[in-house]
Amino acid sequence: MGKEKSKSGPLARRPDNSAFKQQRLPAWTPMLTASTVLPSFYLLALICMLLGVWLLLTVQNTQEMKVDYTEAGSCNLCFEMRKNVSNAGQKCTCMIMFSIEKAFKGDVFIYYGLRNFHQNLRRYMDSRDDGQMLGRKSNLKSPSSYCKPFDVDEKGVPIAPCGAVANSMFNDSFILTYYTINGPTVVPLLRKGLTWYTDKNVKYRNPKMDNLTLPEVFEGTTRPPYWQKPVYQLDPFDPNNNGFINDDLLVWMREAAFPNFKKLYGFLYRANKPFTKGLPAGNYSVAISYNFPVQYFKGRKEVVLTTVSWFGGQNHFLPIAYLVTSGLILLTAVVLTVVWWKFGKDGKNMAD
Amino acid sequence: MFRKRLPPEEERKVKANDREYNEKFQYASNCIVTSKYNIITFLPVNLFEQFQEVANTYFLFLLILQLIPQISSLSWFTTIVPLALVLSITAVKDATDDYFRHKSDNQVNNRDFNLLLQNEKWMNVRVGDIIKLENNQFVAADVLLLSTSEPHGLCYIETAELDGETNMKVRQSISVTAELCDPNHLASFDGEVMCEPPNNKLDRFCGTLYWREKKYPLTNQNMLLRGCVLRNTEACYGLVIFAGPDTKLMQNSGRTKFKRTSIDRLMNTLVLWIFGFLVCMGGILAVGNAIWEKEVGFLFQSFLPWDPPVDNFLFSAFLSFWSYVIILNTVVPISLYVSVEVIRLGHSYFINWDQQMFCSQCNTAAEARTTTLNEELGQVEYIFSDKTGTLTQNIMTFNKCSINGQSYGMLNFTPLNPLADPNFCFYDEKLLESVKVGDPHTHEFFRLLSLCHTVMIVSSVCTGELVYKAQSPDEGALVTAARNFGFVFRSRTPGTITTTEMGQTVTYSLLAILDFNNIRKRMSVIVRNPEGRIRLYCKGADTVLVERLQPCNQELINGLRTLALAYRDLSEEEWEAWSESHRFADKATDCREDRLAATYDKIEQEMLLLGATAIEDKLQEGVPETIALLSLANIKIWVLTGDKQETAVNIGYSCKMLTDDMTEVFIISGHTVQSVRHELRSVFFKCRFSQISCVKYTLEHQRTYILEIKSQKCTLDWNMEEEFLSTACACKAVICCRVTPLQKAQVVELIKKHKKAVTLAVGDGANDVSMIKSAHIGVGISGQEGIQAVLASDYSFAQFRFLQRLLLVHGRWSYLRMCRFLCYFFYKNFAFTMVHFWFGFFCGFSAQTVYDQFFITLYNIVYTSLPVLAMGMFDQDVPDQRSLEYPKLYEPGQLNLLFNKREFFICITQGIYTSVVLFFVPYAVLSDATQSNGVPLADYQSFAVTTATALVIVVSVQIALDTGFWTVFNHVFVWGSLGSFFTIMFALHSQTLFRNLPNQFHFVGSAQNTLLQPVVWLTIALATAICIVPVLAFRFLKLDLKPQLSDTVRKPNMGGVWRGTGSVSEGRLGARGGSRRSGYAFAHQEGFGELITSGKNMRLSKASLAGRGSQLVPEHPTEQDLPPLLGKQAMSSRWINPICLLSTTSLHASLERGKDCSKQTVNFICPVSLS
Repeated sequence: MGKEKSKSGPLARRPDNSAFKQQRLPAWTPMLTASTVLPSFYLLALICMLLGVWLLLTVQNTQEMKVDYTEAGSCNLCFEMRKNVSNAGQKCTCMIMFSIEKAFKGDVFIYYGLRNFHQNLRRYMDSRDDGQMLGRKSNLKSPSSYCKPFDVDEKGVPIAPCGAVANSMFNDSFILTYYTINGPTVVPLLRKGLTWYTDKNVKYRNPKMDNLTLPEVFEGTTRPPYWQKPVYQLDPFDPNNNGFINDDLLVWMREAAFPNFKKLYGFLYRANKPFTKGLPAGNYSVAISYNFPVQYFKGRKEVVLTTVSWFGGQNHFLPIAYLVTSGLILLTAVVLTVVWWKFGKDGKNMAD
Repeated sequence: MFRKRLPPEEERKVKANDREYNEKFQYASNCIVTSKYNIITFLPVNLFEQFQEVANTYFLFLLILQLIPQISSLSWFTTIVPLALVLSITAVKDATDDYFRHKSDNQVNNRDFNLLLQNEKWMNVRVGDIIKLENNQFVAADVLLLSTSEPHGLCYIETAELDGETNMKVRQSISVTAELCDPNHLASFDGEVMCEPPNNKLDRFCGTLYWREKKYPLTNQNMLLRGCVLRNTEACYGLVIFAGPDTKLMQNSGRTKFKRTSIDRLMNTLVLWIFGFLVCMGGILAVGNAIWEKEVGFLFQSFLPWDPPVDNFLFSAFLSFWSYVIILNTVVPISLYVSVEVIRLGHSYFINWDQQMFCSQCNTAAEARTTTLNEELGQVEYIFSDKTGTLTQNIMTFNKCSINGQSYGMLNFTPLNPLADPNFCFYDEKLLESVKVGDPHTHEFFRLLSLCHTVMIVSSVCTGELVYKAQSPDEGALVTAARNFGFVFRSRTPGTITTTEMGQTVTYSLLAILDFNNIRKRMSVIVRNPEGRIRLYCKGADTVLVERLQPCNQELINGLRTLALAYRDLSEEEWEAWSESHRFADKATDCREDRLAATYDKIEQEMLLLGATAIEDKLQEGVPETIALLSLANIKIWVLTGDKQETAVNIGYSCKMLTDDMTEVFIISGHTVQSVRHELRSVFFKCRFSQISCVKYTLEHQRTYILEIKSQKCTLDWNMEEEFLSTACACKAVICCRVTPLQKAQVVELIKKHKKAVTLAVGDGANDVSMIKSAHIGVGISGQEGIQAVLASDYSFAQFRFLQRLLLVHGRWSYLRMCRFLCYFFYKNFAFTMVHFWFGFFCGFSAQTVYDQFFITLYNIVYTSLPVLAMGMFDQDVPDQRSLEYPKLYEPGQLNLLFNKREFFICITQGIYTSVVLFFVPYAVLSDATQSNGVPLADYQSFAVTTATALVIVVSVQIALDTGFWTVFNHVFVWGSLGSFFTIMFALHSQTLFRNLPNQFHFVGSAQNTLLQPVVWLTIALATAICIVPVLAFRFLKLDLKPQLSDTVRKPNMGGVWRGTGSVSEGRLGARGGSRRSGYAFAHQEGFGELITSGKNMRLSKASLAGRGSQLVPEHPTEQDLPPLLGKQAMSSRWINPICLLSTTSLHASLERGKDCSKQTVNFICPVSLS
């Protein structure tokens, strides 16, 4: 561009004869023709159909069970009790009975579900300090201002973990019991490995210990106001599941995108009978330590049991969407073919 | 630019050699500053200028909003990064421009010159200094000529840089100062000049010199203006009157009007609409927020208390409104304007680079001088063309002659005498034969041509080569013709003309020159030949001459309605008597002109006809084809010319604007308001009538409309615009003759005002400047007439025929590309942004974004910018030959079909549809989905990654669909953008960045955790299919049911079938076989007659000069009565063309052409001017 050319003579200022400058670059010029569009529509319809059928078959093999315990059965009492903030310290347990008609085969996952709980509010999502939860000492003692008003307590003691997200952590717990002929058996649940690998090992770290115990590390901080116990007591038995790397905390800290969501609580420990093949059919009860208040925001709570396939838990939308899309594409393809055949000016009626 | 504002000058007082006195007035120095910035002021001034752009200010405003924590829904860098990028790109461009201005300023300011005795730099010249100028030097400032090395204080200047005229002009100092040749005398010169304040009138100067208690009036004749070059004058001295910015050159280089394209205006309107849309969306979401906060948020306060300043839901909604304005701001893409500029710049380079618009004869490539108008080239509906030099070459060639009733035409020729001009080409064996055998008529014919003219000779002393300088090229052509037939004009003195006739040198004494003027339309010389016989030779327009012939002689003129040649023998007594009366008339003080004319008229009687000649101003190569092609492209071509009607009609025919199948040619030439109105109306009704009565007939029916200027003056002046327009626009072709430069501009303005059509003006001379400036697009032909038109133009090239390529290829592509670019640009931003809107309904209208903030920052400037830029730069729907073959392809641009409000709505609808799909499909799938290890996928970060990936893929597929021409760049950019998206996303979600800035890069691990899930890819695939399939189906339907011509042309196998309908019909081009038409034109001004006979320009000290060697013999014409160039009819004043300008190649080419189309039509003939 504007380079001084050393050429001289009558053609000195002639532009270069390069394909680029003369806009003659070799190029692929695809076109929409009946011979390309129509077959690809049919092909696309076919692919979608096959995918849809396959997904549908896969989904048929998964099972899901939802038990809403907000105010069902004996939880009604607890629900009433949690309405009153002054009772926050009191324990309340309740039990819900349910039965599984058809055995859950394979891995079974237990979730807690919340409805109408907005983890996706802008200020809510901002109200956390990833630096603090990465174990930075400085952030531990002086949490980010984003955590307000949950950064320090009334006395000015920093809260760990700070912010509205951590503070509102779900704190109900469940004990699942299977009623066999021989009497009730507690369904063994694994409460670890509930998170992304990166969350557990990269994103969340406890502050450096240096031979200190976890409580010592967290000294000078206080628990979030709604919590009943400090962060270093979340799992006193397993140091790898305590403090900022507690699975339950991590699960909660990964905010849901929508107001109705479920989060992983645990999964079935399949080492012992009768749970080696999953959850057998029969009667079950779930005993709930009912702590998390939902009535303020008209929310619901539920327990969800599912089995998963290769593409995750039970999800009817995807196969159906594929099938519907396939149908629509097929319809379009047919319409296009008819239009092309009957009215198209493409190729046949050139003489007009 | 921060010069102190002085009160406007009312009168300038300059005292020579008295700097102290002159400094009192604080006149500008000669230092010229055209640059805008220096190193210190660059940043603030440039930023200040950039923030005057509405868009930039808007983004600055957004940036400020983002700094308010309660509102900030996006990090500050999401706005500042693109803004900084945009500002810096513009700043770099401005800085580069300014750097070049600095460079040229420096170069000009540091030119050397002589300040009387010592050397100085230009910038140190002060008003009141006396400077010395040498031959071939640029004049440094506007100076008053004091004295010269030439006799009579004459000097010669070339004003090409000033007004584009390449001929020489004469300036003369006032007689009292002419004697001051000695520097010492000049140093003590203490005259004082009082004159007008600085102004931009190149042709006027008015002042008074006070010296030695006397007053001397000063006129423009005494001034040398900055930018002129001194020629053929050894040296001269001048007093600086205006310096630097006050000079007329600088006063004239006013900023050209900033032109905007219609797409620009549409874009601005649309951006305003989008602002409106943005506010609406913000409003809706704010209302939603109010309701939500009242119903839900209020209850949710135990988990998330309201921000301290928020105490009720209404205030929260207010904040939410601004937050959403920030989030949704990306519907008005910050990179839009800068991308548009980049694309236009690219298109301009393609124009500059086009080899097919390079003229090898003149070594000139096309140049896009304005880079902002390219797409408008694809929308032109009206072309206003100058005639001379634009359609024609403005090179006159001797074409035909008729001697004594015998007609001679073009045939091959071998020069028969050694003094022949090697470049001359005309010849007819018969004519040659008759010269050789010594036919007295033929000899007398050529003798006349060699004697009766005012041509000057510039002969190089060392080579002895003869070079003629003629006032008009046609006169030069005639003298050259005579020269080549053995009657060579060798030299002239005030009293003699020396010729070489068939090898013998003959000297005639020149008794009188009866010069040309517009009323007489003829010129004569009276010479005494060596035998002592006195003869009057006359040449003139046939119509004028016929009346003055002896009655028996008149029928000799046949066929060629051109320039007639005649003679009359005078007896001594007749001559003496006439000479006396002539002298008497010449001395008359009142009505001298009229008296002289009357005397001339007396003697030019009873003449005998010798013959007639025809001079052709050749059409430029490819003009008829170009015009035919452009009119097939539905472009209306109007020729606006200063020539008279006959000439214009003839040129109209020869360039195929008018054809014989145009059944009705209307000529409006009324002189009075009433008659013009009447004529206009009758034409209009005729058009009406025929349109209504038989539609079929009108299809074949082509109208032409020729308007002569007397009428035009009436139309433009007397509120007949409506009638003029409705009539003119019903016609196929319009020719306006006798148009002044100002009227050219008025016609253009008229169409611009009433038709809302894009106009293009093309011209080559200073008289076209006003038209070029007022049209939407001005095109300058860099031809014979200097550079004035080119300097004022937006595009320039060497030949008219390149216009077809500029419009039909470059313009069409530019328009297409720009439209596709804009459609896609708005689409992708709506698809991107509206997802936030839908998410608002799920996140409590809290202005939470869907995507990662880095994605928002980079989406417009990295992930999606280059593919669309490549499309905007390289896309071609049909190859260039095809768009020339099918001129109808140009129509969508004129009808503005590719990007208008409707298309815009379609684009944003598609964008909104895409956003709906992109939000709701992932929502429906993910809200329930889990990974195969049971971990739910409904978390915010997975959703963000999924949506963003789906978005990038969908818009990439869409650009792939939109791109019709996949060059290697398109491939690289499309695949590269996709690749960069994944690379950058993985990088941003990497551990390293997170460890350093955990709060910024909290998406750590999301990419890998999400994108490894099959369900995510199934979601993306589904969303893509749902987004793209309807688009594909609609496009296919449109293609199938309503194929555009371009779609059809694109099909490789369809070319043959369609060729007949849309393409140039070969038949039409050659259709006009039979009719013979010819015309003649005159240069409209007086020649050098007076100067020659006065002998003023003849050098006294010829011998001394010859000793100096290679100087040009200064036999140069003066043009004392030269009309001011920019006003009036300056058509021809720039016509001193040495005939040897004709290059061999062009002649060869024209010969070839002559053969080819000999049966096609008689070429346009324009006989010699009698200037």
